[in-house]
Amino acid sequence: MNRKLINWGLGIGTPLLLVAAWWAVSQNSTNTFFPPLATILERFQALWLFDHFGSDVLLSLRNLALGYALATVIGVGLGFVTALVPVVRWALDPLIHFFRGIPPVALVPIFISLIGFGIEMRLVSIILAALFPTLIATVDGIRSVDPSLKDVSAVYRLTRTEKLAQVYLPAAGPQIAAGMQVSLQVAFIVMIASEMLGASQGIGAMTLLAQQSFMTSDMWAGILLLGVIGFGANMLFELAKNKVLAWYVGSRRLAKS
Amino acid sequence: MNTTDTNPALNPAGTTDMTADSTSGNAGGATAPPRLEVTALSKTYGSGANAKCVIEDLTFTVNTGEVVCIVGPSGVGKTTLLKCLAGLQPATSGTAAIDGRTIAGPPPEMALVFQDYSRSLMPWLTVRKNVRLPLRHLHLPTQEMNQRIDTALEAVGLAHAANQYPWQLSGGMQQRVAIARALAYRPEILIMDEPFASVDAQTRFELEDLCLKIREDFGMTILVVTHDIDEAVYLSDRVVVLGSKPARVLDVIGIDLPAPRDQISTRSLPEFAEQRTTVLSMIRKPA
Ligand SMILES: Nc1ncnc2c1ncn2[C@@H]1O[C@H](COP(=O)(O)OP(=O)(O)OP(=O)(O)O)[C@@H](O)[C@H]1O
Ligand SMILES: [Mg+2]
Repeated sequence: MNRKLINWGLGIGTPLLLVAAWWAVSQNSTNTFFPPLATILERFQALWLFDHFGSDVLLSLRNLALGYALATVIGVGLGFVTALVPVVRWALDPLIHFFRGIPPVALVPIFISLIGFGIEMRLVSIILAALFPTLIATVDGIRSVDPSLKDVSAVYRLTRTEKLAQVYLPAAGPQIAAGMQVSLQVAFIVMIASEMLGASQGIGAMTLLAQQSFMTSDMWAGILLLGVIGFGANMLFELAKNKVLAWYVGSRRLAKS
Repeated sequence: MNTTDTNPALNPAGTTDMTADSTSGNAGGATAPPRLEVTALSKTYGSGANAKCVIEDLTFTVNTGEVVCIVGPSGVGKTTLLKCLAGLQPATSGTAAIDGRTIAGPPPEMALVFQDYSRSLMPWLTVRKNVRLPLRHLHLPTQEMNQRIDTALEAVGLAHAANQYPWQLSGGMQQRVAIARALAYRPEILIMDEPFASVDAQTRFELEDLCLKIREDFGMTILVVTHDIDEAVYLSDRVVVLGSKPARVLDVIGIDLPAPRDQISTRSLPEFAEQRTTVLSMIRKPA
């Protein structure tokens, strides 16, 4: 109990302490590259909460959410088909093995140069880049479903739908979730990168523009916003994962203790 | 070959000519064909240089409403045999048949309790939902489904654990969940692979009696693999003794003990000790 409280305190206290330190150290800064945190926060409020919220922040968030959602659905669906339909497996296996070796972020430049920067194209590049981690994790997850569970499903003559939804999906769930988490990070990176590399709208574009026009406070404000979004998205994901995979979290905790 | 046999209808090992006619007039009744019939079954895993013959020319039958136990040394191929019977593994040659129909896939009238009970339960489902999973596609009325689940969980003494997850339970409790799942399914043929291996002695006796009771109540045909010779004698109408390797039937021993069996009185009968000795000497005898 006490231990837990200390952990919580450390988790919340450390970032707060760092922010306070940043605030104190930068307070009287005249270095143009490191403006005072107070100034950054002012710009943050002015830029993101009012001026550009509708035009840029929402646009970026919409791209991220839509692109990620589609990538997940397609990735899991395609993963099931790849793992369970032999013809598809033979066709896609080499491709998957190839992509498995490449860190997903390394794919970003390929998609951006291939696809360009229109709004639809930005969405497509998010989907394509974020697709692979989920797809690969789904294929791996389904292939490693315990044969005993397959035997049980066969003996009790579960229907095909039951096998897919009640056995394969939950059994592969932990691996799929791990893949989805990587996909989320990739989707986020591609969202920013695609905006930075050519768009005129969006948080990434605004941030780069600020940097290029020497408005360092605005640049820092952009980076701060991106950090907050990334942190928030990941936290939401963790919350959802711990809820959906409560059985897995619980059994792991029990196995460790 | 089978000197201690008191039941003339029992077919000794290797007799492949046992037809429905030759069994007529025995305890099983008129001309009923055997419920489960294994004929010259062989199973080889792998092929070429890695081929491993696990079962060779295995023949035995199980009649409707019978309890038959299979005993044999570890690794002889008992689980493999059950997998062939359940349609999970194809036989290399020979056949296994239910009511004369060759088994090609999992038969609808059969349930199997796996030896590896902990891996056969879904860790993401509670005990109750594990038991319910196979019932969903039977389209039973909700009330009957719930009643079957409750009855099965009560029968194995796990009503209190219905909402727990399998990984929160002890090994013996998990094993009982697997048994409850099979019971709720109400199969006509119940096959169990060392089902009572990790429960305490008291629970073991209760589950053995449960086994005999469901045979009475539902007319189930039951086939049990066990390492425990006392258990085999107590439960069985007949005991199939397997020898290695590859697995083949050493003998089929008829167990002639009075009908309502009772843990204390049956086990203290002199006949019980005799039958037990018969099975034991068959197992110990150099093959
Ligand atoms: N899928 C498989 N592929 C290859 N060999 C197998 C396979 N399954 C089992 N075997 C082999 O077949 C033999 C018999 O195994 P099986 O599990 O049927 O024995 P068993 O009689 O059930 O043993 P136990 O009493 O220990 O449960 C073993 O030597 C095992 O290694
Ligand atoms: Mg076995």
